This record gives sequence, structure tokens and C-alpha cells, in this order.
Amino acid sequence: MSAIDPTAVEARPEGAQLKNEELRETARGEPPFAPEPILESRLQRSLREAALTAAVVAGLTLFFFAFRTDIGIGGLDLILQWPLWFVWIAIAFAARFVLSYFVYVPGRKLSDIVKRDKTATSPGAATGARWLGRAVGVVMLLIAATFPFLIETLLPSQDRYLIDLAILILTYVMLGWGLNIVVGLAGLLDLGYVAFYAVGAYSFALLATNFDLGFWVCLPMAGLFAAGWGIVLGFPVLRLRGDYLAIVTLAFGEIIRVILINWGNITGGPNGVLGIPKPTLFGLDFGRGEGSFSDFFGIPYSSIHRFIFLYYIILLLALLTNFVTLRLRKLPIGRAWEALREDEIACRALGLNTTNVKLTAFATGAMFGGFAGSFFATRQGFISPESFTFIESAIILAIVVLGGLGSQLGVVFASVVMIGGIELLRHLTILQAVFGSDFDPTQYRMLIFGLAMVGIMVWKPRGLISSRSPSAIYKEKKVIGADLVAQGEGH
Amino acid sequence: MEYFLQQLINGITLGSIYGLIAIGYTMVYGIIGMINFAHGEIFMIGSFIALTTFVALALLGITFLPVVLLIMLIVAMGFTALWGWAVERVAYRPLRGSFRLAPLITAIGMSIFLQNFVQVTQGARVKPLPPQIQGGITLMQGEFVNVQLSYVQILIVVTTVVLMAGFTLLISRTSLGRAQRACEQDAKMASLLGVNVDRTISLTFVMGAGLASVAGLMFLLYYGVIDFYIGFLAGVKAFTAAVLGGIGSLPGAMLGGLAIGLIETFWSGYFSVEYKDVAAFSILAIVLIFMPSGLLGRPEVEKV
Repeated sequence: MSAIDPTAVEARPEGAQLKNEELRETARGEPPFAPEPILESRLQRSLREAALTAAVVAGLTLFFFAFRTDIGIGGLDLILQWPLWFVWIAIAFAARFVLSYFVYVPGRKLSDIVKRDKTATSPGAATGARWLGRAVGVVMLLIAATFPFLIETLLPSQDRYLIDLAILILTYVMLGWGLNIVVGLAGLLDLGYVAFYAVGAYSFALLATNFDLGFWVCLPMAGLFAAGWGIVLGFPVLRLRGDYLAIVTLAFGEIIRVILINWGNITGGPNGVLGIPKPTLFGLDFGRGEGSFSDFFGIPYSSIHRFIFLYYIILLLALLTNFVTLRLRKLPIGRAWEALREDEIACRALGLNTTNVKLTAFATGAMFGGFAGSFFATRQGFISPESFTFIESAIILAIVVLGGLGSQLGVVFASVVMIGGIELLRHLTILQAVFGSDFDPTQYRMLIFGLAMVGIMVWKPRGLISSRSPSAIYKEKKVIGADLVAQGEGH
Repeated sequence: MEYFLQQLINGITLGSIYGLIAIGYTMVYGIIGMINFAHGEIFMIGSFIALTTFVALALLGITFLPVVLLIMLIVAMGFTALWGWAVERVAYRPLRGSFRLAPLITAIGMSIFLQNFVQVTQGARVKPLPPQIQGGITLMQGEFVNVQLSYVQILIVVTTVVLMAGFTLLISRTSLGRAQRACEQDAKMASLLGVNVDRTISLTFVMGAGLASVAGLMFLLYYGVIDFYIGFLAGVKAFTAAVLGGIGSLPGAMLGGLAIGLIETFWSGYFSVEYKDVAAFSILAIVLIFMPSGLLGRPEVEKV
């Protein structure tokens, strides 16, 4: 480039062509775009990159690791934590060095390393994966169905804690499956899913405490209320584009929470609703004495019975969600959801009423959120707006994203790992020996959730565990298979 | 009347802060068409860095206020800009050309991460800063209330105006601004014409983060209390401001910020304080439904 003199352009009228030729002739020896010779060795390059990364990390974390402000006597105190800072810089340096030296070899792009497994999705592999998925699903279902009894025989000393944890995990599985209809199948990013959870919980709590209705009567009503709210909220906003929709649903979630806090005479305000009745088994409650479960069957009373009963309720509800989703996916409406996720413009061109399609997905997801909400209310016996913050929506969304958008099994794995795994970490004494006695892994849960969401999206945008391509595809994938379209270009 | 004037002054102050944050949203949206959900957290990080700098300076014995404020401003802008750059580099750049929801999901992940990172490293308790700039001018003596224009408010509004003027010059006169406008219109064409698109996008994030950190510093001075959660509400409201003004338009962001600040202040002044967030959120929904291109924005054409 530089070989051509810029003044040559001005000399155009008088034989500029000729002059250019001459210049080109002189420059012929070296091609203008010769690649720069690699001057530094692999070690040098790795060290340089590692040093740069360490410097960036040092700058980023200076004000968060090295200094810590805390409320002291007469204002804020500054606590200096240089060792912590240096440790993190060293970790960054080491990690980047290893990556640079062993993984990022020049000439080999990162995308090649990551995308290597893309080519393996042949039809045979897909059916194999499907069989594996089905087998894992059956095994997990068997474990889930017998879980309370397994616990009773294997770990009777901690049965209460473990079954309670299982109930919590299943609640998230159900919420994840419900949200999966909206986000995973229809491709609508809903950041206010917790609003429907709250509507379900509050409808049951208020119906039960004001009108003396039981759980089983209120459950369908709570679902209907939530679905109704889904339609009311969804109708005006579903015409919006994806990212706007996300923000508006977030706003709705917050609006509902603020209303719950401030509408004191109906919802109990920040104090919430107390004394929500427990569910009964065909009229048998799980207390002591006349007409209770233990009395009717003539077995000794144990408080664990109620936990087991709650466990089976949420298991059934979750399985119902899963079953309905799997069935809907095979119906035209489910196909329409998936088509909408892949390409909205094509859907419109083919005559789908996209607003209605979106609305059904929104309402169906909301309905399951409502079911889960009323289960939550009956399990806790007490609800308050505190339980329905944005963080809750974010956790559910993280579970869906980590599991793989649209994948049913992925949601289960993600909930077990993210809710159960971190809860169990709390009881590992080794960790407390390493990190000090006040180490609490649940404190880091959202930190890990956030990082994992970023990591998964960057590394495998269609989910870590499995991915879901549309149900209706040609036997042989044409060039426009979902994998190729969604990750490569466009939409 | 006095009450009205006072609310007007308060609203303009609050609106300036929102406007500064909103510019970050609107610039990023203009250039890569995504909502940088983590921008509110960048604002929060800015105010934490400013606070820590203040405490460190006090320990070092530097207490002359203008110097302290200037150092806080420079340090906060620099380090927050680094955060803005890092967030773009880690979470958004690898996803360019991915499907539309992907960067939004990473942005949410990043926001959750940053919030909890600050919570874990700095603690969950609120951090108070005793008022540094006291006093003000009494504009009007009323029967019941005086109309006060405090020095902090003057400082906030003046800083915002100066920054906005500088920023408008930067966008309209310098080569960086030209490159940025080129990328906004057509990134591929700009790259063919020799604009380094990646660098321009990074600089956009850096500038947005710098302005957000100034907003964070002013929030700290104005309210005197911060915690790790302030970024969420401020972020959503600033985003509302950007949408109201017409996303992608810089004067629109400022105008929208002022409008949201005024609406919020008047709403809590005349109706109810409890529902002030509902007011802001409802405006967001209403604007998006009925007026998606905002006050000064261009209508968006959807292309296949």
C-alpha cells in the first residue's frame, strides 16, 4: 500500500497511469500484504498475554478485593486485603498463561476448538442421543417416584431435611418446565415469570383464608387466575420485539410485587398472608388425632408423612407440566411455538397469527407458574412479597438457560445441580476448613448462576446438557437446520 | 407554588442522573442493537469505587473538598470504564452474530454476577457517606416551605450539562464520533471502509461506563447511601428514560431522563411515594406499546 505515492493521484492528467505502473514495478519485489513474521516464541507470547490479563484483573478488582469499606465507629472504615488481591491476580495470570500456552495456539481459532463437536450431529447420533435421553429420563423418574422410601431406608436420620430439599428442587423443576414453554419453546424471554408464581400463591392464600376453600379446589382456580393475568399482561406487549418484551415483563413482575406490598388491606402488605391451610388427602389431614391420615390407616403418627405427601403432590404437578408440554409439542400449536422461536418473520409470512401463538405460550406458562405458586403457598403456610423478587425470576431463567433452552431433561439436571448441589455444599465441612468457618456457599449461589449464564451462552448457546431442535423437521436435515440458522446468522 | 418549584428542582436533579445512565443504554443500543442489561450494575460499581476512593483519601489526609471530588471523579471514571470494557469483551463480543436472545441472556447473567460480586466482596449492608457539600441557596421564602436549591443539586446539574456538551462535541466532531455513527448505520460497510468496528464498540462501552460512573458518584453525593442493589432500579428507570426519549438518540436519552426524573418526583410529591416505581414501570410499558420509537427516535424497519 505505502509503495504507491499519494501525490501520484494529483498528477493524473499527465501520464499518471504510467507513473503508477512504474511505482508498482518497483514495489513488485515484496507483496504488499506479507504476513508479519512471528518474532516471539510461544512462551513469550503466552507470558505477554498472561501479564496483560493479570493487569486487567488487577485494575478491575483493586476496589473490590484490595479495599473493603465497612461501617465502623464514626463513619466508614477501610479494610485492606492486599493478599486476597494478589492471590486473584496470580490466579488470573496462571489461568491465562495455561490457556495461551496450551489452548490458544496461533492459527487455531477458539471457534474451531469449541465447535468441533458440531459435525457429529448426524441422524444416527441424534437417535442415539434420544434413546439415551429417554433412558436417563426413565431412571430419574423411578428414582423420583421412590425417593421418600429410599431416604427412609438409607438415611432415616436426615429424612426431613432431604425430603424438604427434594420438594424445593421439584418446585424449581416445575417452574423451570413452565418457563421453558415460554422461553425454550416459543422463544419469548420472560423476565417476570415470578409474577405468575406470585399470582398463583396469593390467589390460593387469599381464597383459602377468606373463603375457607381447600387446596384442591383452589389449585385449578389459581392456575386459571395466573393464566388470565398472563393473557391480560401479555396481550398488549406481545407485539413487541424480543428484548423489549423482556424488559416489559420485568417491569410487570416488579409492578405486581410493589402492588402486593402496598395493597395492605387485601394482601396483608409486607407482612404477607399467614395461616394458609395444608393440603389434605381426600379429606384426611396430616395432623394428630381423630380423622387424620395416621388415624384412618391405623399407623403411628409421624410428622414425616406430611412431607412425603407434599413431595408427591409437587412430583405429580411437575410431571403434569412435563406431560402437557411434551404433548403440546406434538400439536400444531406446539409446532407453531417452535417455528416462532426459529423465525418469526417466516411464521408471519406463512400466515400464523403470531400474537395468538405467543399469547397461548404465555398463558400456558403462566398457568403452570400459578400451580407452582399455590403449591408454594400451601407448603410454606405463609407467603409475603419477599418471596417474589426479581432474583427468583432470574434463578428460574438461569435454570432454563443452563439446562438448554427447550430441553426438558436439562431443566431437571440444572435444578438438581444448582439448587440441590449448592445447598449440599453448605454441609461439607472440608470447605469450611479451607475457607474459614463462616464460609457459606449459598452466598455464592447467585454469583455462580450469573457466571454460568454468561459462560453457557458464550460457549454453548443452546445449553450445556442438551439442546432441542424443532419437533417437526425433515428426516434429513437440510441446510437450514435450526443449529445452523440460530447460531450462525440472523435472528 | 413553592412546593411545585421545589419538586421541579428535585426532579431535574434526579433526571440528570437518569439521563447520564440512559446515554449508556442508548449508545450501546444504537451501535449493536442490544439492551445492555448490566449497565445499571456498572453505575452501581461506579458509585462503590467513588465511595472507596473517598474513604481512602480521607485516610491519606486529603480533605480539601474540590480536590477530593476531582480525584473521586477521575478514579471512578477510569476504573468503571475498565469494567465496562471488560464486560463487553467477556460477555458480548463473543456473541456477535449469535441469535437475538443470546446477548440479552448474557447481559442478565452479567448483571446478576456483578451485583453478587459486589455483595460478596463489599458486604450487603448499606454504606453511608456523610453529606459533604452542605448548604444551598434559598430561592423563595414561602409561608410554609422555602424553595431550596442546594449546592449538591447545582453541582449535579452543572456537571451533567458540561458532560453532555463535551459528549455531543465528541460524537459530532471527532473521528471517533464519526466512526461510531458509521457503525451505527451499517457496521459491515463501516468495517469495509476501514473503521475498526470492534474497537469502536469497545469505546462505546467505555464511554457509557464512564458517564454511568459519574452518575454513580452524583447519586452517592446526593443520597449519601449506596448498596449493591441500587443498580437494578436505577438501571430499569434509565432504560425507561432511553426508551421514552427514543432509543438510539442521544438528546432523546437526556430528554427522557429529565422526563422520568420529573414524573417520578411529581408522582411521589403529589400522589404516593409507594407507587413511584410503578409509575416509572408503567410509563415504560405504555411508551413501548403505543410509541415504540419514543419522542426523538426513528421508527425501526424490520428487515429479513
